[in-house]
Amino acid sequence: MPKVIYIENNGTEHQVDLPLGATLMEGAVQNDIKGIVAECGGSCMCATCHIYVDEQFMGLLPEMEEEENEMLEGATAERMSNSRLGCQVRISNKLDGVIVRIPEKQ
Amino acid sequence: MSVKVVIIGAGHGGVQAAASLREEGFEGEMVLISEENDLPYQKPPLSKGYLQGKQSEEAILFRSPHFFQNHQIDLRLGVNIAQLDTEGQLVITKEGETIDYTHLILATGATNRKLTMEGAADVLYLRTLADAKAIAHRLDTARKIAIIGGGFIGLELAALAQEKCKEVSVIEAQSRLMERVLPAVISDVFQKTHEECGVQVHLNALTKSIENHCIITKEGKKIEADLILAGIGVIPETSLAEEAGIACENGILVNEFQQTSVANIYAIGDCANHYNAFAQKRIRLESVQNAVDQAKTAVNHVLGKTQPYHAVPWFWTNQYHLKLQMAGISAGFDRYVLRGDVDADKFSVYYFQENRLIAVDSLNRPADHLNARKLLAAQISPTDAQIGDLNVNLNQLLG
Ligand SMILES: Cc1cc2nc3c(=O)[nH]c(=O)nc-3n(C[C@H](O)[C@H](O)[C@H](O)COP(=O)(O)OP(=O)(O)OC[C@H]3O[C@@H](n4cnc5c(N)ncnc54)[C@H](O)[C@@H]3O)c2cc1C
Ligand code: FES
Repeated sequence: MPKVIYIENNGTEHQVDLPLGATLMEGAVQNDIKGIVAECGGSCMCATCHIYVDEQFMGLLPEMEEEENEMLEGATAERMSNSRLGCQVRISNKLDGVIVRIPEKQ
Repeated sequence: MSVKVVIIGAGHGGVQAAASLREEGFEGEMVLISEENDLPYQKPPLSKGYLQGKQSEEAILFRSPHFFQNHQIDLRLGVNIAQLDTEGQLVITKEGETIDYTHLILATGATNRKLTMEGAADVLYLRTLADAKAIAHRLDTARKIAIIGGGFIGLELAALAQEKCKEVSVIEAQSRLMERVLPAVISDVFQKTHEECGVQVHLNALTKSIENHCIITKEGKKIEADLILAGIGVIPETSLAEEAGIACENGILVNEFQQTSVANIYAIGDCANHYNAFAQKRIRLESVQNAVDQAKTAVNHVLGKTQPYHAVPWFWTNQYHLKLQMAGISAGFDRYVLRGDVDADKFSVYYFQENRLIAVDSLNRPADHLNARKLLAAQISPTDAQIGDLNVNLNQLLG
């Protein structure tokens, strides 16, 4: 199972194994990572699963759909070049070891 | 006496209340009770990703099984509460076991309204994961599916059944789809899309009886089906409160802190009738937002922080490529202004009442939706010209 390193906003680090195909949002919620709200349960409707993906992994991520792009525009924390919605990124072997930072607010 | 919180119902409201209590630093005893046997799960995906086969059972759980243990949340599954003893501060299970509390949160949700006419015993409804499993099982082999009720859940079911190449009919008593909450400009897009995808939409059609796999409407139409589903609204689950003498009227009556007529008993979510500042009247809302935000309000009050409920209502539905997001409450609008392109299924409707923005529905325009929630919270009303001009970034109005 690929590993994901979540870093909460206060710096607390969690290393977790995710089953292939799980989203980075599900991984955070199921492992009690603080700072991911995911109110809509992964429907790309709420923008409360905003994450920052470590730059070195950006090129390996699935491409962003237009709706995710638009949702990110309205996210509460600042949008950066490495912003994604956690529910729109599924884990794959390519992403083994990916580092995911959680913003201050959702 | 130390605080002990008992929560009845482990849906969106109950689970949020339990999680928020710990997040806010509550260290006392807590019991979370659910009559369902499944680990607590989210409901919206049932009529979307789960029945489409895109989201697994694990993916729709609120939390992992460890979460409840790790946070000392005493989760009791498969336990039905039959009675409240408000004097003795006890809840009593169907088997007669008692659990004491200092604070009780009722998060009992709602149950589906059922059809009562002849032949209706075979109709399936969707509220719980168990219901979804029963539907999934029948959906596999059914060929012709009829759905009674052209509201959100009925139409989401119609869309996913159509995508599974079934022959689908929708039977709606009103003259438009989702008529109660949407204007024609939006319902029409949904109707057109369903029809283009092959769904037979019957409007102004009142189901009279069901005979031998055939729905007969009052107008004499006959619609054959080997599987009949219905989504015709819900009834708030108030029986425990009513029997205990707690004031109820279309739901359990609560104040701005979610307290019922008994001060240490709170009600949240689908079962709670509250004054809603955005509707400017008492209502019940059936949405994740409402359950989650009311849970936080009740928890704050239990912990001695008084923050009245004042959250912008929002809701969503997903059908085919159509993603509709609703912010605020549009009932009572006197005019609306459009932004975007209606023909391209990509527009938002800004509703006004006496020139005050009261709600915004966004179809495939998610950025408008998130912006609208902020505008409504800040009570900012854009001008018609600003709304109509896509070059104007409405986020700039937020300062
Ligand atoms: C198929 C479907 C799709 C939906 N889609 C959306 C959507 O897209 N967006 C949205 O915002 N909302 C949606 N909703 C609505 C949303 O799910 C509800 O508003 C929300 O679940 C309300 O949460 P709640 O905690 O009030 O009640 P519920 O989630 O209904 O939880 C109540 C729980 O209490 C339990 N209970 C009741 N009485 C007792 C008792 N006496 N003893 C023990 N347990 C008891 C019930 O069994 C239930 O598990 C949908 C609902 C359904 C059914
Ligand atoms: S969980 Fe709501 S947008 Fe990702």
